[in-house]
Amino acid sequence: MRRNVMELWVGLFAAAGLAALSMLAFKVGNLTTADVVNGYRVSAQFDNIGGLKVKAPVTLAGVRIGRVSSIAIDKGHYRAVVEMQLDGRYDNLPKDSSASILTSGLLGDQYIGLEPGGSEKNLESGDVIMTTASALVLEKLIGQVIFNNNQSGGDGNAKK
Amino acid sequence: MIDAIRNLGRIILEGLERFGRAGLFMFEVMRGTPQLRKRGALVLQQVYGVGVLTLLIILVSGLFVGMVLGLQGYNTLVKFGSEDTLGLLVALSLVRELGPVVTALLFAGRAGSALTAEIGLMKATEQLAGMEMMAVNPLTRVIAPRFYAGVIAMPLLAALFSAIGILGGHLVGVGLLSVDAGAFWSQMQAKVDFYDDIMNGVIKSIVFGVVCTGIAVFEGYDAVPTSEGVARATNRTVVYSSLAVLGLDFILTALMLGEV
Repeated sequence: MRRNVMELWVGLFAAAGLAALSMLAFKVGNLTTADVVNGYRVSAQFDNIGGLKVKAPVTLAGVRIGRVSSIAIDKGHYRAVVEMQLDGRYDNLPKDSSASILTSGLLGDQYIGLEPGGSEKNLESGDVIMTTASALVLEKLIGQVIFNNNQSGGDGNAKK
Repeated sequence: MIDAIRNLGRIILEGLERFGRAGLFMFEVMRGTPQLRKRGALVLQQVYGVGVLTLLIILVSGLFVGMVLGLQGYNTLVKFGSEDTLGLLVALSLVRELGPVVTALLFAGRAGSALTAEIGLMKATEQLAGMEMMAVNPLTRVIAPRFYAGVIAMPLLAALFSAIGILGGHLVGVGLLSVDAGAFWSQMQAKVDFYDDIMNGVIKSIVFGVVCTGIAVFEGYDAVPTSEGVARATNRTVVYSSLAVLGLDFILTALMLGEV
């Protein structure tokens, strides 16, 4: 009897521990959507990827369909090569789709947004997305604004 | 002068001897592992002792740690207008750091000291020697089941601690401070990675389980067989386990983040 009670408690303990672990995995860690199922790889070249990181989401119309799997440098052209793993369910993206690096919110993380093109052919594993838009670098923008201001200010002075 | 240097040398040598004994001891315990399969009931009994009986303190502390994290995190995050990320803050702190570490510290205090006292007293009352007389190896009969029970119990306790802590954070954040429940969970789910965060926490808690229980059973087995010796061994178990856990935690974190 005593033995049975003890076994019951140990069983409850182990079950509760495993339940807690699976709660962490599925409810907190969101294991279910973390992996891209039978995905395919496409890559894209950017002039500047800003703060993009490996594992950043790849979205289509705001819906996440994959993640960035690797970031490297193309030594010949001094450009960034970003490889993405896309979900196999969305295999009908046109070949001339474009990729741009966007920012979620003002200070949020950067992600890749895909825009479908109009081609009849679809993107396949190993393809390269040709049309890309680089990340917006805040310092460059500010620099441009200041430069433009100075120029217009200089013109005004010259006219006087 | 020479005496002082000699004393230093003696302290170092004694420390090394203890380390050597501990290493041999762990080796013997490991070697007795295959025989443990026939003695599952012994392990079960010890899982009850070190796991189930530690459950209450783990659950209560986890709940309160999570609630405090919710309060503290909210007060800081609200200054930046990002109280929506409260769930992420609570979950990451618990899963990666506080869950394994606080569980290990509590485990050392609650279960580790009990193990040391029990084994030390067995030695003091010559029960271990009696077993040897009956050709029963106390390492496989007494020590190994306790050691493996601790190693099994620790990750489960740490997972329970983290899970109930997150619920505690939810209780305070959503229930008391009116953080949006959807944002609380979705931010958490978007940013907590299963392998990078949760599995690293589990690995930590397994390592802490090995270290805490190993220290506890060794100190008990190595205790001077008097009442004072057992008291001192129990004391050492808690101190050494806590120091080892905190030190190892830093090393493991540095290794896992890979940024040192």
